[in-house]
Amino acid sequence: MSVIQSASEPDPAQPFLRLSGVRKSYPGVLALAEFDLEVRPGEVIGLVGENGAGKSTLMKILGGIVAPDAGTIEIDGVPHAGLTVGDSIRAGIAFVHQELNLFDNLDVAANVFIGREPRKYGILNLVDREKQRASAKPLLRRLGANFSPDAPVAKLSLAQQQLVEIAKALSQDARLVILDEPTSTLPIAETERLLDVIKGLKAQGIAVIFISHRLHEVERASDRVIVLRDGVLVGTLQHDEINHDAMVRLMIGRDLRVTYSKPRASRGAVALAARDVRTAAFPTQGVNLDLHRGEILGLAGLVGSGRTEFARALFGIDPIFGGTVALAGTPLVIRNSCDATARGIFLVPEDRKGEGILLDLPISQNISLPNLSAYASAGIASPAREKAQAERSKRDLDIRTPSVSVRTGSLSGGNQQKVSLAKWLAMNPRVMILDEPTRGIDVGAKAEIYRLMRGLADAGVAVLMISSDMEEVIGVSDRIAVMHEGRISGMLERDRFSEENVLMLAVGRGVPAGGATK
Amino acid sequence: MNKKDLGLLVLILVVGIGVFLRNPRFLSAENLANTANLIGLFGIFSIAQGFVIITGGIELSVGSMIALLGVLFVDMVGRLGVPWPLALMIIIVLGLLLGLAHGLLITKLKMQPFVVTLCGLLIYRGLARGYTADATAGFPFGSEYPGLDFFVARPFGVPTSVFVLAIVGIVTWVVLHRSVFGRYLFAVGKNEDAARFSGIRTDLVVIAAYVICAGLTALAAIFFAMYTRSVQPSGHANFYELYAIAAAVLGGFSLRGGEGSIVGVILGTILLQILQNLVNLLGIPSSLNFGVMGTVILVGVLVDQQWGVFRQRRRIREAAKMTVIPRAE
Repeated sequence: MSVIQSASEPDPAQPFLRLSGVRKSYPGVLALAEFDLEVRPGEVIGLVGENGAGKSTLMKILGGIVAPDAGTIEIDGVPHAGLTVGDSIRAGIAFVHQELNLFDNLDVAANVFIGREPRKYGILNLVDREKQRASAKPLLRRLGANFSPDAPVAKLSLAQQQLVEIAKALSQDARLVILDEPTSTLPIAETERLLDVIKGLKAQGIAVIFISHRLHEVERASDRVIVLRDGVLVGTLQHDEINHDAMVRLMIGRDLRVTYSKPRASRGAVALAARDVRTAAFPTQGVNLDLHRGEILGLAGLVGSGRTEFARALFGIDPIFGGTVALAGTPLVIRNSCDATARGIFLVPEDRKGEGILLDLPISQNISLPNLSAYASAGIASPAREKAQAERSKRDLDIRTPSVSVRTGSLSGGNQQKVSLAKWLAMNPRVMILDEPTRGIDVGAKAEIYRLMRGLADAGVAVLMISSDMEEVIGVSDRIAVMHEGRISGMLERDRFSEENVLMLAVGRGVPAGGATK
Repeated sequence: MNKKDLGLLVLILVVGIGVFLRNPRFLSAENLANTANLIGLFGIFSIAQGFVIITGGIELSVGSMIALLGVLFVDMVGRLGVPWPLALMIIIVLGLLLGLAHGLLITKLKMQPFVVTLCGLLIYRGLARGYTADATAGFPFGSEYPGLDFFVARPFGVPTSVFVLAIVGIVTWVVLHRSVFGRYLFAVGKNEDAARFSGIRTDLVVIAAYVICAGLTALAAIFFAMYTRSVQPSGHANFYELYAIAAAVLGGFSLRGGEGSIVGVILGTILLQILQNLVNLLGIPSSLNFGVMGTVILVGVLVDQQWGVFRQRRRIREAAKMTVIPRAE
């Protein structure tokens, strides 16, 4: 492993982009320090680091959104003190963000050329849809897309939408495509396809910077991995040096195996029994599932297999269109989320910022919100009692914040997720459902969340974890249920855990011989 | 009272002093009592509007509701001979029911607040005019209703509407800023999804906001009916919903929901009424009334926002200067 830049890489191509000594600080934090980077055509660079390590600052500098305080950025040998958005686009730097910037009311071609539509009829200035479609077609073919330029974006899967974003980048003659957490929302099979697309870009001489928390994918995709920690480039791993442990060691500055602790006791009685539960997404398929006390049941499956819908229905967000739910043997009618929380059925939703917490409220008020009456007398809330609980939660969950009165939105993703969990832990959970609990959060916070989930299970809570992260599903779960098109396609006990088995069930294929029980 | 409210208070004082210097009659007992009375009347339904705006909704039917309920009240007491306390109860209940209807349409049938209450604006005005066939509803000549004078009385020279506003203000302040329900209102306004995912019955919270709004509006309707003594259904309380929205916006409410304070909306009402008064006292043609009001609201909100942006930038610049940057290894 060579620290900082290694010139030994035998690459004939000249770097077209070179950053040297780039620095950026914000009030109170050094976001990026003396950063050097060279990007050559056709190179795939993995960029990893915990949240707050400076990745987004680097992206903003490359995109021309913020100007560095010091250092130079050379494009094709021409030095700039900072880029403007225009410079960045002209230099061929394109971004595909985690949250896609698409207009789902338009078709694919219109999205690819948004803001740069081909025109016709001079002064009338109408959009030349024919030309737009014709130009989009070869771009999509280059990416191996299986949809037409006329397809409405709303009808595409997440992975297909990502391809539209990449096509948009290609249409601007991108030389460097920066993919920010592209796989965090993708199911396994589609992730494979994306890695192929990255290979394709590379073959066409386009450089890729691949930012991800999913280290296995970084490992597979990258020619070179750079690691940021606290704004400092702590290391560069060349191709043969890239491995999971080395990246983690650099990211957190020490060795950390995410430890998946085993259950302390065997699983208890059935806590939640779903029989033929139907949701609006799959009205013809019912979910049958027994969730036991003291276990973590992993719910795997492709995105769109109905997992989130099932969770939302159990929590009373969406109506149940048939079937029954029983809690500890007692039939349950769930008309709204209040019915669910009153019985100790809690959900930590997938969309942390939109649903999990109120970004504008202080931490203490987020934690007290679901059970505010408990912190009130005669209907009047007591901020002192709320704060006391928040302080307890802060300690128990290790929420990193100077004070529990700060805006929850100012916390890092991992700490926000802890707040989203803390509000339920402050109550009395019997069934805890977590939808993608560690998406987009850093390794350290992940381990914390796993520890908390195991703690709940050991305390007799029934934990249902929806996850698309294969490593997590296999590492954390005591049993794995796999969903396919609205039903449970199989249940795996620990001795049959394997990526292959989960994947086969997820795509609805027959169970491998002796592989799954149902 | 936060900084925003303080700024508004300063503006009110500045405008007040300005008007006083140009026309000392501004501070005469008579003028003060009249203006205070209007502040009381407008304040009640502006607070009401605040409850709806805090949820991210809007209530456009306020003016028409005041006209319809006013016509019904005067007609019940004046023509049908219903004892006024009973009529008052009926009007308040009717108001609550209208609010309930709005709330149900918005939450259960997922209609947009703007559409529901715009239709309310048209329907209630139409009903008010249809009910009297466009005639003015009034009390029979020379009739007396002992007790009804309460609404227009001025004990110690202070109009009762001011006392009522004070009580409504204190109660709603506790409800909005201290109670569990108030917290729910803010939560729903900030992010309804996140509130629902916290086990809050957001539908009930929103319905309650519309019911409270309409109930207070009904109370204001009776005050207005007694203030004008007769209700001319086509013109009575026209555009009052806009006064209420303006007062709330001036008072720091965000039309996106989740922001606002009772003190703010009351101060907003006071400023609007002083502006009205200013137009009268300074001899500005009353036809320019809305022009003056609109300009002040526009400038006020603009200055407030730009000031906020300026302060934030300055804070960042200061902080950037203060930070000592450690050398990277």
